[in-house]
Formats: sequence, structure tokens, C-alpha cells
Amino acid sequence: MSSIVSVRSLRKAYADGFEALKSVNLEIEEGEILALLGPNGAGKTTLISTICGITVPTSGTVVVGGFDTQADFRGARNLIGLVPQEINLEPFETVMNTVRFSRGLFGKPRNDAYLEDILKKLSLHDKKDSKIMMLSGGMKRRVLIAKALSHEPRVLFLDEPTAGVDVELRKDMWNVVADLKADGVTIILTTHYIEEAEAIADRVGIISKGEILLIQDKAEMMAQMGKKQLIVDLAASVAEIPAALAAYSLEISPDGASLIYTYDTKGERTGITTLLNDLQKAGLQMADMQTRQSSLEDIFVGLVKETA
Amino acid sequence: MNFTAVAAIYRFEMARFFRTITQSLVSPVLSTSLYFVVFGTAIGSRIQEVEGISYGAFIVPGLIMLSVMTQATSNASFGIYFPKFMGTIYELLSAPVNFLEITLGYVGAAATKSLFIGIVILITAFFFVDISIAHPFAMIAFLVLTCVSFSLLGFIIGIWAGNFEQLQLIPLLIITPLVFLGGSFYSVTMLPPIWQTITMFNPVVYLISGFRWSFFGTADVSIGLSLMAVGFFTGACLVAIWWIFRTGWRIRQ
Repeated sequence: MSSIVSVRSLRKAYADGFEALKSVNLEIEEGEILALLGPNGAGKTTLISTICGITVPTSGTVVVGGFDTQADFRGARNLIGLVPQEINLEPFETVMNTVRFSRGLFGKPRNDAYLEDILKKLSLHDKKDSKIMMLSGGMKRRVLIAKALSHEPRVLFLDEPTAGVDVELRKDMWNVVADLKADGVTIILTTHYIEEAEAIADRVGIISKGEILLIQDKAEMMAQMGKKQLIVDLAASVAEIPAALAAYSLEISPDGASLIYTYDTKGERTGITTLLNDLQKAGLQMADMQTRQSSLEDIFVGLVKETA
Repeated sequence: MNFTAVAAIYRFEMARFFRTITQSLVSPVLSTSLYFVVFGTAIGSRIQEVEGISYGAFIVPGLIMLSVMTQATSNASFGIYFPKFMGTIYELLSAPVNFLEITLGYVGAAATKSLFIGIVILITAFFFVDISIAHPFAMIAFLVLTCVSFSLLGFIIGIWAGNFEQLQLIPLLIITPLVFLGGSFYSVTMLPPIWQTITMFNPVVYLISGFRWSFFGTADVSIGLSLMAVGFFTGACLVAIWWIFRTGWRIRQ
């Protein structure tokens, strides 16, 4: 796969000296969904704004579809659609006129059939002649997506698309993103909801304090860094871990009804067999057992803590 | 040049004007009618003539200029301030458009709106006083130039303004006094010599004088000087806007 967006040594420092981005390098492959995960103030929005031309970089380059975003801003921006984090819309205008304006602004000839098609996909078609102020919050967010898609971009940036959105609508939004990917659009979304990245991304980048700490295929990341836990439910509760089992990294659940064993799937031996033997020797009877894969959240929290 | 984008901005802005067409037109027409009643009929009946022209007719060019200048400034400043205030400016900044295209779209729309209002006031004036236009083409040219140059000024104010108070401040504190003291309701030659000299530093004097010349063929300052003043003012605004977009002042971090 080839890169559609190349970010090289991108740095952004503000007048007050605050360094929002510290030499960021990032290659985004055509057709993928990349989730940029990071805490508030990590530099996610600054990175997107700089790629889209809203913020001027202090140094470094961004190339989109072969066009430098500074030297050849028209070529680059033609390829990009941006859905901002805030719901920024002209309240008194109708949905259709607003979307038509966006298409015109990007220099594309009028094509109402195409725009109506987008509105249909986003379940907005019956509201096309409504004023934006009459729409619900979720619908307004979809209008922002329709605007961003109005000029047929190849790369779509979604800045926190589901911030403050209810669960049902969040699932709707994920479906919209999946449909767009099926249409061949490259999607970059920022989020601080880990479940969101886990649910829809192909690759996940973790950003903190203006640096990309890690960027990797989601499944690979979880396989490589994921820790697994074996939870052993006991037939009878215990107050403390028996001395015979002190060698294992065991935790006891607050109610004393189960023991939790954390192991590394990357390790040669997981130690599960010997643990189970030793449990029996210690006279503990098992009622049930289960394993749990650690989530992206654990990985994320671990990484961000490390650099803190 | 992305003309599609210019047209898109222009249409979007004009739509705002037509959505509120009644209030857009009623208020200038009403206030102009009041000026005619008060200055033209009540006070004007006690004033003989100014430079051989009946007072009611004499104030027509000044009244049109007063409305056009304030409307052009407020329309253009609001036009660009509102996207800043609402946050919709992100779209302009991330679109494949340059400063000239953005300016053409917004200033073009604001100038059209104020031109429209100027013409409506002129038509209203015909109901109150007997006037004829000596140089119709020059009249249109001065009117258009004034609409454009004050829309440019308004555009700069809109970018500069950080809140709605500031948006009102410059029109209120600077433009209204300059227009009132710029010979809207009197001839500059009626002032004592010292005030005549001071008045010559007021750029609005040249606009009103030139505009009045196109109606009556008489002017306070030469027509060439008037044209130069408008040209200089327009050029200065354009340079300021070019600088604003080049540096990203108040819009792009």
C-alpha cells in the first residue's frame, strides 16, 4: 500500500513557547482507517489542523496525494475533507444550501444529485430543506460530515466525531465510517474513546504531549503488547494467597472468591499448567475459570503513564 | 483562480441578505425618510439654497453616502465576523481558496448589498425632492467605488474584531463622525477657513464631494482629487487585507 498522507518532522510551537507538536512523522496509507488516540491536549487537533491548513506549521512538511500542503495548497486541500470537533454551522441556513456552499467553496461544479445521495446515506435527506437550527445535535454532526464529503475528498479527517454523542448515535457513526471505507475513502479519526479505536480502526496511533509514541496495526499491537489474565473462581473464598503460591504473580479479588493470574502471551511459558497443579496441591478447589485479553485501554494507559 | 468558490461565498452571503430583505431595506428607507422630513422639509424650508441648489436636494448625495458607507462597513464586517464567531471559518481556512478569492466573495456581496440600499434610498429621495443627475455614469461609478472601498474597510474590521462590541465600535466612533463632518449636510465652503483646512484631512469629504458633483456639477474639491482619494483608500485597504492573510493575523495560528 502507498502513503496518501506523509507527515515529516512536523513541529508546531505557539508564540508563548508551547510546543504542541514535536517533530511528528506519520505515514497514512490509502484506504485505511487510522485512529489517533490520546488524552486531552495531546496534540491530536493541532496535528489535524496543520495537515488541513488551518494551522501553519513551525517546521516540517506535509504531503497529501503528492501535493505539498504549503507549496501546492490547492492540490492538497482538494483531496481533504475535515469534520471538526465542535459543531460549527450557520444556524439560519438550510441543510442543502450549506452542503452546496461547501461543494462550491472547494471549486467543484454544482451536482445536487451527488449531494442528495450523501444526505440519503447519512439519513438527512428528509431534512434537506430544514434550517440547521431546527436539527438535533446528532443530525448537526451528520451535516458536518455531509459538508466534508460534499467535494468528494479522498482523505477524511474526523476530529472526535463521537464526543458527547449517545451510544446509539455512536454506533451509527461507526457504520457511516465503515461505509466510507468501503467507498475507498481514507479515514483518520481522533478520539479519546478507546473502544472507538478498538471497534473501527485498522491501525492505531498513540499520541501524547505532541509526540506519536506508537503506531501499529491494531491486531498486532494487541497481540504483541497484550497481557492476558487467567481468572480462577474458587469453590470456597480465601482471605489471603496461600504461601505455597507466593512465587506466582497472583492477585486476590476483593471478595476473596477468585484468584487473578496475569501472564504474558509473548513469553515462552505461560506458567498456567504448573499454577493449576500447585493450586490443587495447596488444597484449593476450583469452581470455574476464564481468561481475559487486556484491552487497548490498558495498553494506552500503560504507554501514556510511561512517558508522563 | 477558483471562481466557483468566489461565487459560492457570494451566493451564501447574498442569501443572508435576502432572508432578511424586509429589515435590510425598511430601516435605511425609514431613517432616510426621517432625515428628509427633519432636514429637508422642517429645517430646509428656513434655509434658502446651498450653492444654488435647494437644501432638500443638496443633502440627497450626502444621505445616500451616509447609508451606503455605514451599511457597507457593517455588512462586510458582520459577514466575516459571523463565521469567526460561529466557528464555521474552519471551512474557509481548509478550502482550496486564497485571500483574493475569500475577499472577492465577502466584499463583493457586502458591496452589492450596500449598492442595493443606496439605489433604494435614491428612489425614495425622488418622492421627497426634485432632483436631476448631471453625470449619471460618474454617479454610479462613485457609488460603486464607495460601496467597494467601505466593504473592504468593514472586512478588515470584521477580522480584527474579537467580540460584538468591537464590531460596532469603529463604525460608531469613527465612520459616523467622519461622515457627519464630511459635508453630508453642508458645503465645506460654509465653514470658517481653519475648519475648512482641518476638514480636508477627512477622506469622506472627497467621496461626498465627488458624489455631489455627479448630481449637481458643483464640488468642494476637484473631481480628480476625489477619484485619487477613493483610489488611495481602496488600495490601502487591499494592502491591509493582503497582509492579514499573508501573516494569518487574527485568523490563522
